[in-house]
Amino acid sequence: MGFGDYIEVGKMDELGRNDSPIHRLDARVKILTTVAFIMVVMSFGRYEVSPLMALFIYPFGLLAAGNIPAGYLFKKVAIAAPFAICVGMFNPVLDRTAMGILFGHPISAGWFSFASILVRFSLTVSAGLILIASTGIHRLCEGLQRLGIPRVFAVQLLFLYRYFFVIADEGHRMLRAVEVRSAGTRHLGLATYGTLLGHLLLRSIDRAQRIYRAMVSRGFDGAVRAGLSVRAGAMELPGWINGAYLGGWCLFFLLARYWNFAEAIGNHL
Amino acid sequence: MHMADALISPTVGGTLWAASSGAIAWCAKKVKATRDDRLIPLMGVLGAFIFTAQMVNFSVPGTGSSGHLVGGLILAILLGPHAAFLVIASVLTVQSLFFADGGLLALGCNIFNMGVFPIFIGYPLIYRPLASGGGESRRWIAALLAAIIAMQLGALGVVLETKASGVSALPSKTFLLLMQPIHLAIGVVEGLATAVIVGFVSSVRPEVLASNPGMASNGKEWRSVCLGVLAAAILIGGIVSCYASKRPDGLEWAIAKLTGRPQLQSGADPVHDRMARLQENTAILPDYQFQSAGSGSSAALSAGKSGTSFSGILGGLITLVICGLIGFTLKSRRREA
Repeated sequence: MGFGDYIEVGKMDELGRNDSPIHRLDARVKILTTVAFIMVVMSFGRYEVSPLMALFIYPFGLLAAGNIPAGYLFKKVAIAAPFAICVGMFNPVLDRTAMGILFGHPISAGWFSFASILVRFSLTVSAGLILIASTGIHRLCEGLQRLGIPRVFAVQLLFLYRYFFVIADEGHRMLRAVEVRSAGTRHLGLATYGTLLGHLLLRSIDRAQRIYRAMVSRGFDGAVRAGLSVRAGAMELPGWINGAYLGGWCLFFLLARYWNFAEAIGNHL
Repeated sequence: MHMADALISPTVGGTLWAASSGAIAWCAKKVKATRDDRLIPLMGVLGAFIFTAQMVNFSVPGTGSSGHLVGGLILAILLGPHAAFLVIASVLTVQSLFFADGGLLALGCNIFNMGVFPIFIGYPLIYRPLASGGGESRRWIAALLAAIIAMQLGALGVVLETKASGVSALPSKTFLLLMQPIHLAIGVVEGLATAVIVGFVSSVRPEVLASNPGMASNGKEWRSVCLGVLAAAILIGGIVSCYASKRPDGLEWAIAKLTGRPQLQSGADPVHDRMARLQENTAILPDYQFQSAGSGSSAALSAGKSGTSFSGILGGLITLVICGLIGFTLKSRRREA
């Protein structure tokens, strides 16, 4: 993650503030569906590729229904891919058991498991990104809290998110100042780094104190009450639609888990 | 060392999710119990600071490369372990949500590997006893040692979790040999960065470090924390090893060696056994017949069956196209509406 990426964080949340049927769903329902989806994807055996294909309907469908730019999301998935590729790319080399034949050439089991890792990676990562791009951090935290995560942690997530832009801006300005004063040095030396980040740390702590004073002067007594409730009110869909969304997807995930649609098509042809 | 969902199994992901969310709930309770109102904004802002610090690279002395802070140890030094754990967990959550840096179900593993080890082992067991009452040089040694040991444990965690999941074919030994030295370097970088920032703060404004809320807790409590971590490690280790031993490959040989039995005495050839299981597991080639025990070579695959895998690949591609088309139609219909 490099500097400047932090604008990307804002972009994801901006998408989350759009309006679409998916955005209007209850955050809890979206969280649970995403978790169910990832669980199902992960539960497939290590050599399975074709049964996973039908599950692509989930990210594709949500991208379309949620008005999320597909190209942008694919780029984010690709940026995150190197780790999975690095760990998976040894599979074809290490697992040389022949498993299938394509155009007269044997294909080793390792290739199947490698392909499976890549497919699973694309599915799970895009599902996670779609969750945030269709919910936004505020409603997500609210949903998480209503699902039972400790309030302190939900508030921590929101505070982190809120002050991230401020502190990152400050750090960005400090770094630029260093760059301007040091002709072409690429990386900071350890001593400069310590001073720079030490200053940033002290400034952050001072800022936290100012925030605390501001909170106290507005009646903060240690309990966080408001802030989480960014309810869309009339925008929210009725309960039965939310239930149907969760139930429908879970049924589909089960169907896809036990019935290999892709192979049925392939055999039919 | 962010793990992805694609490389872990639901069992491993779920187990570590349970462990990490338990730790979060416990820390949240502890933070609430401190009744220190200042902590709430301070934790949020320090989380933002760690996030920013992770984007700033510095050149590692003596090498051509550069590194950055990860943050668990310095948070524990500044905030005390309970609040620090919540902060690092929130940083990892935001990274996973916004950057796909580590998967959502792998989040439990990531919080465990990068949070529990530096904060509940590196800080209380290594950094605090070594650095307390000492001067600058002792603090440097303490930070380096704590960071290196925490990183090594974290890397070991990644290897064990990956192995127990059985998705990657990488042998544990190779993976271990890849991971540990890399994380030795990362640990050194983490230790240096932590020590230099803490050194600066302690020389400019020592009261910031002295007011660490976690310092107030007594030694007795720490003993129970360490016992808790140990118990969790044994429990998780137990589950993981049970799960791993069910796998066709992996730790089986080690277990066989430990029990003193030669591997797989049950009459069946190990290769055949493995094939059969592999065949059971795969839905790509359901009607595949492996003809002999030694059917690892392509010669054993009859040409007549060659269509099977081809149909799987073709069907898979067609399904992908269908999914894409449904998405595309939905989108264009929405535009019209």
